[in-house]
Amino acid sequence: MAVTSALATDSAARAGLSRDQLLELYYWMRLTRSLEERLVNLYRQTKVVGGLFRSLGQEACAVGSAYALSREDVLSPLIRNLGSMLVKGATPLEVLRQYMAKGDSPTRGRELNIHFGDVEDRNFVGQISHLGDMVPVMAGVTLTFRMRKEPRVGLVYVGDGATSTGAFHEGINFAAVQRCPLVVVVENNRYAYSTPTAKQCAAERLADKAAGYGIPGVRADGNDVIATYQVTRDAVARARRGEGVTLVELMTYRRKGHAEHDNQSYVPAGEIERWARENDPLDRYVQRLTGSEGVAPSELEALDARVLAEIDEATDVAERSPPPEPRDCLVGVYADPPEAPALWYREGIRSAVDRHERPASWGTHDG
Amino acid sequence: MAEVTYLEAIRQGLFEEMERDPSVFCMGEDIGAYGGAFKVTEGLLDRFGAERVIDTPISETGFVGAAAGAAHMGMRPVCEMQFIDFVSSAYSILTNYVATARYRAFLPCPMVVRGPSGGYVRGGPFHSQNPEAAFLHTPGLKIVYPATASDAKGLIKSAVRDDDCVLFFEHKYLYRRVKEELPQGDHVVPIGKARLAREGRDLSIITYAATVWKALEAAEQLEKDDGLSVEVLDLRTLLPMDDEAIVATVKKTNRALIVHEDTVTGGIAGEITARINELAFEWLDAPVRRVAAHDVPLPYAPQLEDFVLPQTADIVRAARWLAAY
Repeated sequence: MAVTSALATDSAARAGLSRDQLLELYYWMRLTRSLEERLVNLYRQTKVVGGLFRSLGQEACAVGSAYALSREDVLSPLIRNLGSMLVKGATPLEVLRQYMAKGDSPTRGRELNIHFGDVEDRNFVGQISHLGDMVPVMAGVTLTFRMRKEPRVGLVYVGDGATSTGAFHEGINFAAVQRCPLVVVVENNRYAYSTPTAKQCAAERLADKAAGYGIPGVRADGNDVIATYQVTRDAVARARRGEGVTLVELMTYRRKGHAEHDNQSYVPAGEIERWARENDPLDRYVQRLTGSEGVAPSELEALDARVLAEIDEATDVAERSPPPEPRDCLVGVYADPPEAPALWYREGIRSAVDRHERPASWGTHDG
Repeated sequence: MAEVTYLEAIRQGLFEEMERDPSVFCMGEDIGAYGGAFKVTEGLLDRFGAERVIDTPISETGFVGAAAGAAHMGMRPVCEMQFIDFVSSAYSILTNYVATARYRAFLPCPMVVRGPSGGYVRGGPFHSQNPEAAFLHTPGLKIVYPATASDAKGLIKSAVRDDDCVLFFEHKYLYRRVKEELPQGDHVVPIGKARLAREGRDLSIITYAATVWKALEAAEQLEKDDGLSVEVLDLRTLLPMDDEAIVATVKKTNRALIVHEDTVTGGIAGEITARINELAFEWLDAPVRRVAAHDVPLPYAPQLEDFVLPQTADIVRAARWLAAY
């Protein structure tokens, strides 16, 4: 079984990308980073009502891999794949409304953060928190493509941690046996919450797991957006040719905690700073663009300004968005019946919110 | 017209739905060339081919998850659990992914998970289970558990056509033991509607699956020996539950005995009792009682299994207690 390393890919090659495409990759990476920075501000203002998940340092991984897909291909993102979703057509406005639990957010306030999807047009699937579960789901999505002889491909992301789950194993094995047109991308960012990869798996290279499924496993530098694009593009092409599943391991590093509350006390001193200084995917890409690609710094600054303007505009709209109607919580558990009845003691009351109940009073209420 | 077994009725239903709708396909362990552990899918491979009758690896999470993905893309997969006991291996993906898909992500998930269930067959702790109550608590799923061949066919067809995930429990004791002439044509039984299996005036037995037959046997005996007129309500669908039918029978007889084969603590009888309490308390002339299995894993030896599971004599005894109250 060929387990190849893409670490040594010819970094001078543009992987067939045009100058405009190279700049587009920069735009998506910058948008990902700046949008998350905006979300941090909103989180500190308590306008993000739940947790906040960052992909700082992983933007190349997310953007480069998703850029290898066509619009009709289906992508299954994970919590660090904001960049992948933006490439696939998710908008900053959707993301902001979703984080702020607005009534016109993609899930109408039902789900958190980037847990949303669109399989009608832009083709990305709403994820759940149970890691590994999206692998069997995407095996089924792509099984359908194979059965219907549609030239479409699926891509599913998992982290280093999810490769330990039974669902990952069952899903990738099923897809391999059925020769589904599926690319499984393992984003190895070295930590699953606080657990380093060495405590997750005794194998040195997660790509080596591919051999056990009879599929190729490849590894690439996940902080090099071009290398990431290239290795994914090849796996996508292979899937589209009907040759089945490829496991792609992208090596990266999670510079923020599991979520915004996590102080990363478990990370060895200096490690985060070293990655930030020496291996930031945006810094590396800017160097390349302004170096060998001859892009003027002013051109990148113009893109940065465009990104900020777009985020400002989306933030204004999102902040004005209404909250959900409480009774909408009863709609759509089933196609039939379309709506569940409210419990009898809720008649005449719109919701607990009307009574100004707050969890903060739990345990402190003196009657 | 020939009588058709409960098992053959399910196969007919699957066959007809696969003929009718090319998006219907089956997945499961040993369901193709072998025809399934109980031969429910026998003949499907010959008729519909390996693309639509897929032998899967031993991976309930894998193929139930794959069914969900296919369902999102417009297919209507039917998954066979070789024994329903193994559905617990897919519990997480069913309750967390499948059941929530429509609500949280507006993803349609029309799929069926079916399999041989239940005891009285000396199957031991892992080939006899009735795990329906474990799923009753999950909004987003539907649960069906027929007792007759006619309902088995009509409900499997409804389950395949339903736009949400239906868990379809098949009682393996009934597979080849009950048979009847089936209605002609496109026989469909609606999900969510109970069936009055026997009319009576003095007492209602509310039940489903194999214990419907034990309840009917008990009702016969009670009529003969005690002159009691016993009504038997076969729920057929457990989720959504037919409250209207439950309330109607309680209002009619004022005495309710709930019978199921699953263990008593946390079993569906508790939920039915609560509903009767909330919806028809003032109509009761006696406390609601339950006859169910003892709270132990189901043992293998006939002497043990028969002691654990509810028997006709238990139902007769409980009914007499209720009638005398």
